[in-house]
Amino acid sequence: MTDKNKDRIDQKLQDLNNDGVDRRGFLKCMAWAGTGLVWTMSGGIPSSRAFAKGHGKDAGKGGDFSFVQISDSHIGFNKPANPDVTATLQTAINKINSMPHKPDFIIHTGDLSQLSKPSEFDTLDQVLKGASAKQVYYVPGEHDMLSDNGEQFLQRYGKGTKGSGWYSFDQKGVHFVGLVNVANLKAGGMGSLGHEQLEWLEDDLKGRSASTPIVLFAHIPLWTIYPDWGWGTDDSEQALSYVKRFGSVTVLNGHIHQIMQKVEGKVSFHTAMSTAFPQPAPGTAPSAGPMKVPADQLQKVLGITDVNYLVSGRSLAIVDSQLGESDASSAGSGGGAGGL
Amino acid sequence: MKRNNFWVASFTASVVIAIALLVTGSPVVRASDQPSAASAAVNIDNFVFGPQTITVPVGATVTWTNKDDIPHTSVSTDGVFKSKVLDTDEKFSYKFEKAGTYPYYCTIHPKMTGKVIVQ
Repeated sequence: MTDKNKDRIDQKLQDLNNDGVDRRGFLKCMAWAGTGLVWTMSGGIPSSRAFAKGHGKDAGKGGDFSFVQISDSHIGFNKPANPDVTATLQTAINKINSMPHKPDFIIHTGDLSQLSKPSEFDTLDQVLKGASAKQVYYVPGEHDMLSDNGEQFLQRYGKGTKGSGWYSFDQKGVHFVGLVNVANLKAGGMGSLGHEQLEWLEDDLKGRSASTPIVLFAHIPLWTIYPDWGWGTDDSEQALSYVKRFGSVTVLNGHIHQIMQKVEGKVSFHTAMSTAFPQPAPGTAPSAGPMKVPADQLQKVLGITDVNYLVSGRSLAIVDSQLGESDASSAGSGGGAGGL
Repeated sequence: MKRNNFWVASFTASVVIAIALLVTGSPVVRASDQPSAASAAVNIDNFVFGPQTITVPVGATVTWTNKDDIPHTSVSTDGVFKSKVLDTDEKFSYKFEKAGTYPYYCTIHPKMTGKVIVQ
């Protein structure tokens, strides 16, 4: 490797976030943070821009907080890819409950149910009642819209929301926006936010200081991952233009049942694993449907996402973990962190 | 008796001709005479309607069967027909009484599109 190349790489390894932690230190710290962590990187650069030191130790101090994203529980699904999705959801909740720090709340990014049946929503509610975090925020997935255009979902989880279920709330200075991109889908299209929701979003963000960290969450990815399989949102460009001026934007999605991350300027995009079943990587199978894996592998392809907010860095650290962890003592397991 | 034979012969001939006509089919076609044209099947599998475009005669009934392990719907883009949510092995049928082109899609996975041509 030439000296010039080495310098360039070293530059990239530098402290990206001015929090005293460079990439190498970051990965060393990740090893302390717990076992079985799966961390994905693109281009050798970590896709989170801050690190939450010592879960539990600093969390909760002066405005720091954390929450957990779960997604795609598909209660009611019972095919070979996972004959018992309620059990794996329970495993996810157990995992949340065993975390050293209690999350402030849970965000469920949709596809709560498989067929929008009341019994499916009931079962989900039962399981989530046992979570350490009592506050749960929801956005619907397309599977939750199957009865009367989402009436069931709105009745149960839509209090205080507008239109097909969009809303916003604040937590310790961070502004959260729940968006619905699974209503009124057009033939041949992908996800869709719609004019009314976009107008509301523009208005909702107006006047907020650019230093306010923003978190957008919606079911279908708000960036185009794979159009052939509908993995994207037709009118997300407009939504993203409204958050462009903010210093820290995090976009959390589900729908694709696998982790994908992207950083574009000050916007970090992240999709979560499902708690029910995995789906194939784009284009690697005839369709996007449930992917069967050997029974002993199932827990490794399902997971939850822990998000930690640090006031000091005004940014969020996103950490994914599998439901079933192998005995990993280093952060390098499965993450491509090797080759440091 | 030549006269009788003549009548018998012509009577027999007309009966034979009539039977021949019935056997070979008459110009008036009734749906029940041609069962294969009166119904058609579309299979839903792997997030695809197969065949994606289907052509049927007026009065035909198209039946969609979901062979996928994920629910789908079959909904006309022009409000002509709308299935309920079809789970695996569930079916939906619609009888097309008017000629025309009927594009449709799955409202859950809108990238899935199909077309019924009725002529």
